Amino acid sequence: MTDPIILVWLIAIPFLGGLLSWIGELAGGIRYPRWIALCTMLLVLVMSLWLWAVGDYHITGMGRDPHWVLEFQAPWIERFGISVHLGLDGLSLLLVVLTNLLGLMAVACSWKEIGRYVGFFHLNLLWNLGGVVAVFLALDLFLFFFFWEMMLVPMYFLIAIWGHNAPGGKGRIYAATKFFIFTQASGLLMLLGILGLVWVNHQATGAWSFDYAVLLKTPMSMEAQWILMLGFFVAFMVKLPVVPFHSWLPDAHSQAPTAGSVDLAGILLKTAAYGLMRFGLPLFPEASASFAPVAMWLGVVGIVYGAFMTFAQNDVKRLVAYSSVSHMGFVLIGIYAGTELALQGAMITMIAHGISAGALFILCGEIYERIHSRDLREMGGLWSRFPYLPPIVMFFALAALGLPGLGNFVGEFLVLIGTWPIDKPVTIVAATGLVLAAVYSLMMIQRAFHGAAKSEEKLEDLNRRELATCLSLMAILLWLGVYPQPVLDTSAAAMQALHALYSAAANAGVAP
Amino acid sequence: MSFDLDQWIALLPILITAGTSVFVMMAIAVKRNHWWNATFCVAGLNVALMSVVAATYVVPQTATPLLVVDGFALFYYALILVLTLATATLSHAYLEGHRGHKEEHYVLLAIAALGALVLASSTHFASFFLGLEILSVPLYGMAAYLYKDPRSLEAGVKYLILSAVASAFLLFGMALVYSQTGTLAFAEMGARLVQSAGPANQYLLAGAAMILIAVGFKLSLVPFHLWTPDVYEGAPAPVGAFLATVSKTAVFVVLLRWFVQGHGSELRTMVDALAAIAFVSILAGNVLALVQTNIKRLLAYSSIAHLGYLLVALIASGPFTVEAVGVYLITYSVTVLGAFGVVALMSSPRGERDADHLYDYRGLFWRRPLLVAILTPMMLSLAGIPITAGFIGKFYVIAAGIDGQLWWLIGAVVLGSAIGLYYYLRVVVTMFMADPERLKFDAPIDWAQQVGGVMVLLLTLLMFGLGIYPQPVIALIRLAGLTAG
Repeated sequence: MTDPIILVWLIAIPFLGGLLSWIGELAGGIRYPRWIALCTMLLVLVMSLWLWAVGDYHITGMGRDPHWVLEFQAPWIERFGISVHLGLDGLSLLLVVLTNLLGLMAVACSWKEIGRYVGFFHLNLLWNLGGVVAVFLALDLFLFFFFWEMMLVPMYFLIAIWGHNAPGGKGRIYAATKFFIFTQASGLLMLLGILGLVWVNHQATGAWSFDYAVLLKTPMSMEAQWILMLGFFVAFMVKLPVVPFHSWLPDAHSQAPTAGSVDLAGILLKTAAYGLMRFGLPLFPEASASFAPVAMWLGVVGIVYGAFMTFAQNDVKRLVAYSSVSHMGFVLIGIYAGTELALQGAMITMIAHGISAGALFILCGEIYERIHSRDLREMGGLWSRFPYLPPIVMFFALAALGLPGLGNFVGEFLVLIGTWPIDKPVTIVAATGLVLAAVYSLMMIQRAFHGAAKSEEKLEDLNRRELATCLSLMAILLWLGVYPQPVLDTSAAAMQALHALYSAAANAGVAP
Repeated sequence: MSFDLDQWIALLPILITAGTSVFVMMAIAVKRNHWWNATFCVAGLNVALMSVVAATYVVPQTATPLLVVDGFALFYYALILVLTLATATLSHAYLEGHRGHKEEHYVLLAIAALGALVLASSTHFASFFLGLEILSVPLYGMAAYLYKDPRSLEAGVKYLILSAVASAFLLFGMALVYSQTGTLAFAEMGARLVQSAGPANQYLLAGAAMILIAVGFKLSLVPFHLWTPDVYEGAPAPVGAFLATVSKTAVFVVLLRWFVQGHGSELRTMVDALAAIAFVSILAGNVLALVQTNIKRLLAYSSIAHLGYLLVALIASGPFTVEAVGVYLITYSVTVLGAFGVVALMSSPRGERDADHLYDYRGLFWRRPLLVAILTPMMLSLAGIPITAGFIGKFYVIAAGIDGQLWWLIGAVVLGSAIGLYYYLRVVVTMFMADPERLKFDAPIDWAQQVGGVMVLLLTLLMFGLGIYPQPVIALIRLAGLTAG
């Protein structure tokens, strides 16, 4: 159908747009970077939607030969058999669309918030987005790792330069450094995993290759599989995040600028789930299958612990951050349950959570712009002070608690149904997460918007830009909740292939 | 012994560099002029660099039993000459504001480069020693070049004394090794070591250990690293750059040649000792760098850690070793030179000290964005983040380590890199913080149009080139491979 070079453009355009934004600021002033960034993100969003419209995502790959709707390959470092290998299937397409959509929102929501060094800000934002898209498209493990680490650098700058020094927190530089060290150090373990895998493959075949399709067929002893799988899992676990390694997330969120939070919660966390689906499980199916109970219980711990921590927060952004930890627990359970329903549920949860958490962070930013505080203790009675914002927040809070009819419900429900035949205790405990989500979401609404108003003074309500952002996200969430079929159809083929591979390994009874 | 034409051509780089130092010395005697003398030096080194290309047609050549000029040596000739040229242009920018004599610096620089070239083609302990001394003696002068500044003087004297001690160790070690093997040539010694693969000989081990101590001092490996931060801090910034790049590269190249051609890796005890040294160097270098507030000291401790990484590739002694060391040396040298280059540009015109405190760099981004756009990637490259050259180097080291199954050392590399992130990021973030009230240092407004500035910009481009498309350099290094003698 289309020329696969479009995959390269999907990555290159944000990078070029970012550079152009910076040059635009240096040459023309601070009005240009915003428009350049907006147009860039609009362009890549339209491109990815167009790919969705014209592509056929229904062909399932067989066993260890995945099927790509579009595939691009060019030599890079021949010495190690490294190539620029990009591929698109339903799984990566949906996440690319999500990235570009939220990227557009991130540009829109920083229109007024960022007043200093606007060009350099958009350079970092767009480079981060471009790096994430590359992560979703890379089919060469070296390329994947290259962008996996590279995309953290702009994120570091976003937090360190434009972040807030929230009262009570340890400051934006502390948060940015913590984020960077956590993710980079875990990334190094993944690099060891990748190199170990390549080395094992070289021992077996005599050829160096970092190519996904080749490495999928690496013959490995169970022991090697376990060690390498753990290397990958640690990196993904830190980024997702899974509970003992989550502590960077609330700090990073509470200090990050709005666009950074949207990016972090909506997109960066998804790269970890994607990594598990694309690399963690398929490369090491047997080890993953025997590791699944541990991973699922880690997910359960994340759900319950995250929910309890959410309940205790006073800072709205930290609150949403901890709720992300809780929601990502469902994704982890869904992935390791490995049934088709659960995998599809994890997919929908990723998209729906990306949108609802992104929207909540945008709204937190808007509240902050108006009352200059994110502390729940200083809010109260806001409902009477502006007409539009509170109901919109309530909509997304309800989405987060899993109200039927909205996207998050579909995702979490599918995860629970899909996990039930695999592990009943996990499902039962995980389901309590839905109850706890209702508690903390409603509590947030209660504390922020109801009760006695702190002041009678009216606040400036959402302007057209902000309303347009929120309404479009609301429409998408509603669509996901009422008619998720197109999304499910798109990812079905990829998920079936993953399920087939994984269940075959699980049924083989952990053969050494 | 008579030389034929091919041998003369092969030796051209060494001869031209030697000639350059003499010529610059004469030129100073005729007339002192900073620009002209610097230009003579740079021109001479450039001719030497071109003669490297000519020499590629005649290699390999053995010129006397002391020196061999093979593809491996030529690759490092080119690297050493390029690094020296970069140092020379940096020195020009740096010394412009210096009030004393500026010109002799270039004589010393050319002599030191000559020593490094000799080391790169040394196949014999005699030429090893000669090269090392030719390299080190000018460095005493260069480190103490600003002798009115007590810190510079201290750096020079400290380097002199400890260097002399190291040389003494090296000589005694050589004597012991000679007493047991009866030869000083690497290849023959290797052959005899392989033959006599019996129980370890005490004298031989003692000799090897002493040589190792001398090399450890030159490479500033723990526990022989104590001089490093003081000398880096006190020496003028371009000299620090030369110490960190050319001097380390040259010594490591001899070590590599001895390991490969002289079967140094047969001495298992010595390899184990090296492994322990590498392990400690990585951890100690990184941990000590954490508390530094002086960017030159920070770079000194970081160089200790980086040499530890480099040792991992050497110890692996696998098919990757020569290639990995080559890639790492080139990526590391380009990066460190760029970082020191920015320090040198910031320190010029010279005040009473170099701009080496971290707070001198506060808010630099908002005044000199391009300079920060150089130093930031250099720091990220030292940390080994993808897109930069440092990542490719680290990738090679870990690949070599996995190939050699050195799990402990790989663990140290990973841990060290994680610790390293913290202090590299601290430098980066400092440059983006708000301005301090009072500025002490700033690069000249037109820094980017001067030779030093242009050179640093080129280094940055080269660094990104190595990071994004390393294939040509890898191919070149594979061509310049080293075969076991």
